[in-house]
Amino acid sequence: MNILLIGLNHQTAPVELRERLALDRCDAAEVYGGLPRPADEGEAVVLSTCNRVEVLVAAPGDPDEEVAAVSAFLAKQGGTEARDLAPHLYVHQGPEAVRHLFRVASSLDSMVLGEPQILGQVKEAYRRAVSQRATGVVTNKLLHKSFSVAKRVRSETGIGSHAVSVGYAAVELARKIFDRLEGLEVLLIGAGEMAELAAEHLLRHHASRIVVANRTLARAMDLARRFDGRAAHLDELPALLVSADVVISSTGAEQVVVTPAMVKAVLKPRRHRPLFFVDIAVPRDVDPQVNSLDNVYVYDIDDLEGVVSANQAARADESIRAERIVEEETLKFMDWLGTLAVAPTIIDLTNKAEEIRAAELKRSLARLGPLSEEQIEALDILTRSLMQKMLHDPILFIKHAGHRDRKDRYVELARKLFNLDREDVPDPNRNR
Amino acid sequence: MIDALVRGLALALYILAAGAFLVFLFRESEPARRGGSILLLAGFAAQTLSLILGTITAGQVPVMSLAQALGFSGWALAGVYLAVSLRYRLPVLGACVSPLAAVLLLCSALSPAKPAQAGPILQGLWLSAHLVTAFVGYGFLALSFLAGVFYLVQEREIKAKRTGGVYRRLPSLGTLDALNQTSLTLGFALITAGIVTGAIYAQVALGAFWRWDPKEVWAFITWLIYAGLIHQRLTVGWRGRRAAILSLVGFAVLCFTFLGVSHLSGGYHSFTALERFVVK
Repeated sequence: MNILLIGLNHQTAPVELRERLALDRCDAAEVYGGLPRPADEGEAVVLSTCNRVEVLVAAPGDPDEEVAAVSAFLAKQGGTEARDLAPHLYVHQGPEAVRHLFRVASSLDSMVLGEPQILGQVKEAYRRAVSQRATGVVTNKLLHKSFSVAKRVRSETGIGSHAVSVGYAAVELARKIFDRLEGLEVLLIGAGEMAELAAEHLLRHHASRIVVANRTLARAMDLARRFDGRAAHLDELPALLVSADVVISSTGAEQVVVTPAMVKAVLKPRRHRPLFFVDIAVPRDVDPQVNSLDNVYVYDIDDLEGVVSANQAARADESIRAERIVEEETLKFMDWLGTLAVAPTIIDLTNKAEEIRAAELKRSLARLGPLSEEQIEALDILTRSLMQKMLHDPILFIKHAGHRDRKDRYVELARKLFNLDREDVPDPNRNR
Repeated sequence: MIDALVRGLALALYILAAGAFLVFLFRESEPARRGGSILLLAGFAAQTLSLILGTITAGQVPVMSLAQALGFSGWALAGVYLAVSLRYRLPVLGACVSPLAAVLLLCSALSPAKPAQAGPILQGLWLSAHLVTAFVGYGFLALSFLAGVFYLVQEREIKAKRTGGVYRRLPSLGTLDALNQTSLTLGFALITAGIVTGAIYAQVALGAFWRWDPKEVWAFITWLIYAGLIHQRLTVGWRGRRAAILSLVGFAVLCFTFLGVSHLSGGYHSFTALERFVVK
């Protein structure tokens, strides 16, 4: 059984090509129907996201033919010639294909290292393949393994635990301060793309309410409607600070908007609840001195960028550990694949021996004349144990042949030696 | 014999749990965290069994020497952590509690064990109640101390904008403050119960509720500090940094009450004084 992975991703193909090839919105039956289905036991899974299109194939037979067939299929989907597509395609075979799939599922091959969506996309691709009955023993095991590898990478390395956008960094910090965002009130001062994005992030992570304050009330009301919140005028700021928990500030003001005195005055009415300022404005809206007040935390845009870039570096470090996990699991999977080849051979071997035994026993019983029940049983036991003892060592030998490459060779040898594939060779039994 | 065996098992499990939590601290590995929790739970179960056996032989909760008191506080600490971890997910705290419990049990194991029978004066349900409530209360207050320390460290990291390993491993300020408050409230209720049951026991056994013995004085001071902290938290809404610092001060005084007073001054609460009542 060969495992092949043919595809292209954000590193090898431009977005125009990826767009044309995108198969995730197509009907699953159509995709799998168009896929060249190799001989009887071929298995296939198609993974298509905005950053990659990949076809995983497990099939007996010639890998080169398989690659050509899949490339032709992809070219047809993209409306191009296989020749033009070829430079963008990568082909992985055997352990490389397994490793590649594990890396993709663990988000090590993603544009943003460690982003969490890809695992869900791989699961969805697998679900589609299963619904089309395109999977089999090998792909089922391989895909399930890729889910558990991704889970292992996530839990044993910190690759997914670092926020890599300013908006998400603000959410992460808020979580480290308040623990849960449920019940929190977000105060958005001013407007601007990044500030609105940060507010959106907080709301998506279950912050409860939002108040929008602006120098012009009309603008505040516009934004408030968008976020389903309350509008207020900037002059009300001191009062607004009493109930707010996270303040995102992004005004175009030249002077600071939030002064230490203003914040100090609200500490008592707030009953010292923590207050978190996310200051995205340049020049800054919140006086840096505010950060030194008890239970008040101020992060300006540079601080947030600092968090993001430190996180990116940390993710890269963690990926080294993740690669090791992927390597380990790839070896384990290839071992399993090796045992898969062994089992049918052992079954064939015992079947053939049993066939011979049964035939010979029948012939001998016919010649020996009437025998008692006990005698027949004794003969049966005798022949059976002869057979089992003869086969014991060869079976153990194939089972424990050790390294995979050697195992393949021994399995082949055993099949030839015992002629398990019933090829036409002179049969001494029949010639007699 | 069985007692020593079970105690050794508990110690070994605590040490293993400490090791597992250490691995968690360095590698942030989830299996290590789970293993540590399970080992700590097993160690706690073993020590509980050893304490039950000890109670049966001595006829009293076996806290009659400094060594036994240390071992018993290790037990209380581990138990309290396990109880709290049902509600809060605080593996970093486990990484502190497991080695601490191991060290306390080790100290208690190293000092020569004197199989003793509690004398008539050390008998009675009130004394048992006094010991158990006081020690479990200490356990909770120790936990609120640890939560306070972590709070201060984490707060410093966030204020200084350092989002490195320490920041990542420590829980959120909200969790730490909530833990500080919960364990403070429970601990305070328990030491109050400890003082009350102690006074009742003193009335029954010694004929006086309160004798201004040095330990009693210091226990009273400790109680006042914690009462003040709880008052500030509930009425003024103190939280975070100030509450954390005060829980540190409270715990320092508590440690002095527990260890220092017995050594520096006499009084019938000291362990040397206690020995007189033990039947060898």
